[in-house]
Amino acid sequence: MSPPTGKGLEGLNHNFLTGTVEDVVKWARRNSVWPATFGLACCAIEMMATGAAHYDLSRFGMEVFRASPRQADLMIVAGRVSQKMAPVLRQVYDQMMEPKWVISMGVCASSGGMFNNYAIVQGVDQIVPVDVYAPGCPPNPQTLIHAILTLHELIRTGEITKRRAGTGAGAGFELGHSHAPEPSHVTISAGSR
Amino acid sequence: MGAEIRHVAREEWAATVRALRDEGYLMLTDLTAVDYLSHGNRVLPDDVVPERFEVVAGVLDLNERRRLRLRAQVPAAEPRIESLFAVHPGAEALEREVFDMFGITFDGHPDLTRILMPEDWEGYPLRKDYAIGRIPVQFKAAPR
Repeated sequence: MSPPTGKGLEGLNHNFLTGTVEDVVKWARRNSVWPATFGLACCAIEMMATGAAHYDLSRFGMEVFRASPRQADLMIVAGRVSQKMAPVLRQVYDQMMEPKWVISMGVCASSGGMFNNYAIVQGVDQIVPVDVYAPGCPPNPQTLIHAILTLHELIRTGEITKRRAGTGAGAGFELGHSHAPEPSHVTISAGSR
Repeated sequence: MGAEIRHVAREEWAATVRALRDEGYLMLTDLTAVDYLSHGNRVLPDDVVPERFEVVAGVLDLNERRRLRLRAQVPAAEPRIESLFAVHPGAEALEREVFDMFGITFDGHPDLTRILMPEDWEGYPLRKDYAIGRIPVQFKAAPR
């Protein structure tokens, strides 16, 4: 390979990587998952601790908790969801842009926890599709970071995207290219040239 | 708690509280209800017929330093009683809560709607025959 010529192109033969577009997109998505601010109860204290200096979520490109769901990729449901909060939660989820993910943080969000009564939704997965459940009451920052890293791995491998395409989960429509036109098959024969 | 208890007929509920207010019981401290579903043979004065529900109100006379607890029997077949809103406007939210949790209607209330549960909720959670635990999610859709 002859060295490229031209200004700014010196060293091009050893300064770039190749890869599929899909892998690059997944890599980019994994490394800047911005959570929506959705602290509901005591779990939110641990979520704030996770984002603060000691545990430092910015290591994963996640320190920006967005107040607007339009700018968020991840909803961390941190706390018990009351029956009256359920429509609000769903509305915030619907306002988030695809691709979007949900972590159910703590037993209250996952199953109602100790609040086995009429006031609390018995599992937030009845309202929104949950990707990762973090156990604990409340989960400490290590547990939440483990859940986040589990989600990162799902994003990196594309497991979530495959599952969404299979089940149609997400905000009622599939990820991928279901609306893209079918690839046209053109047969080129020697005689048509 | 040292409070005197007075049983009041359902039809004289508002009139009794109004008379007590004029007598000096100026403050309505609480208004709630009890579901005596499985306590039909509880101890009551001889002239009081036990019903399923009881509406309970507490009134306070600050000058004389005396309290009074009022109890009214409300039948399950017709769970309604007079509203105290005209006598004590502060009863507005309390009666809405009793309506929300027990399904007891207060006649004369200006805006008797649910206060704690979602407005389209079905059932009255504090009734003793309400399901215990794993109550189904009645969520239908996000607001549009």
